[in-house]
Amino acid sequence: MGMAAADDQFHVLAVDDSLIDRKLIERLLKTSSFQVTTVDSGGKALEFLGWHGSERNMFNETSISPKNHQEVEVNLVITDYCMPGMTGYDLLKKIKESAFLRDIPVVIMSSENVPSRITRCLEEGAEEFFLKPMKLSDVNKLRPHMMRTKFKNEIEKPEKEEKEEIEEIITIGEADSDMEQLQTAQSLQQKNIDNDINNKRKSMDEVLSPDRTRPRYSDLTVMSN
Amino acid sequence: MQRQLANMKQTLFDQGYLDEQFIQLEELQDDANPNFVEEVVTLYYRDSARLIQNIEQALEKSPLDFSKLECLMHQFKGSSSSIGAKRVKSECTQFKEHCRVGNADGCKRTFQQLKKEYATLKKKVEVYFQFARQIGPVEKACRSK
Repeated sequence: MGMAAADDQFHVLAVDDSLIDRKLIERLLKTSSFQVTTVDSGGKALEFLGWHGSERNMFNETSISPKNHQEVEVNLVITDYCMPGMTGYDLLKKIKESAFLRDIPVVIMSSENVPSRITRCLEEGAEEFFLKPMKLSDVNKLRPHMMRTKFKNEIEKPEKEEKEEIEEIITIGEADSDMEQLQTAQSLQQKNIDNDINNKRKSMDEVLSPDRTRPRYSDLTVMSN
Repeated sequence: MQRQLANMKQTLFDQGYLDEQFIQLEELQDDANPNFVEEVVTLYYRDSARLIQNIEQALEKSPLDFSKLECLMHQFKGSSSSIGAKRVKSECTQFKEHCRVGNADGCKRTFQQLKKEYATLKKKVEVYFQFARQIGPVEKACRSK
């Protein structure tokens, strides 16, 4: 199948204007078996993501599969908040406003613990907010976000492709019918979401009061046929 | 010899020159990336030299551009934090605070202090790495027996 070579390896795009921090995050991510690309600005990040504004239509027409928006698939963007020119927040906004980039999970890092900043980012659609310097334990929290999005993309595909895709992903049980497979995928996704909420609560507790919740999961309901 | 190295490191921690972040860096070092910590620290020296120079120049202007100073110091603080340079980082925090309230004398004073701390840290870390390098190959020779 011509799908992206790195099905088992997630690809992270790391954005930071500090050379030292780029080196650090790259090592952290590679240690966790992620593929990494680092760039030093939001502008370069958008370029890498294939965000060309009007040229985007050109990509669409020539692509073979609906998922193949980018030359290189990016499963998560991790960005510093404070950067000259385009801040991490600006980058987050651009990604979430773009029809074909908005599904990519975005995570923000900052050296400063500013609750209003954190809230703003989460409300704009950031999955998580980490305080720098990042640790290995922080990087371990990234995988659920990437998995959740990957499953979501797989499940929302047009039906004719669905069967092949699901067979590749679902290794749980011996579901024969499409419906059973779809339901298995649903429950797996729900488990991921539940885990994710718990993970996020844990990390958020570190920086925020416990009452903050993000009503973000309503738009992740799976379409049933 | 290993014990001596460990003691050296412990002293650096006890005296507050380095913090836990330095350990995080060491944990990222492995056989595939055996010089990771030194590489990062070398980058830090280079970056810091540049920032110190820029800050020095900015401090000579009159009146001081506090927002520019704060921005430069924010970078310095960030990189210091990333390698675990605890004392340097705390001087950076103080400097930023002086910028925030527009205290020119405070900035200049703190900057002198910061340069001292930075120089001391650099020296101590260099000694540490030198020692580590020396005992490194000896250690391997012993192991292979």
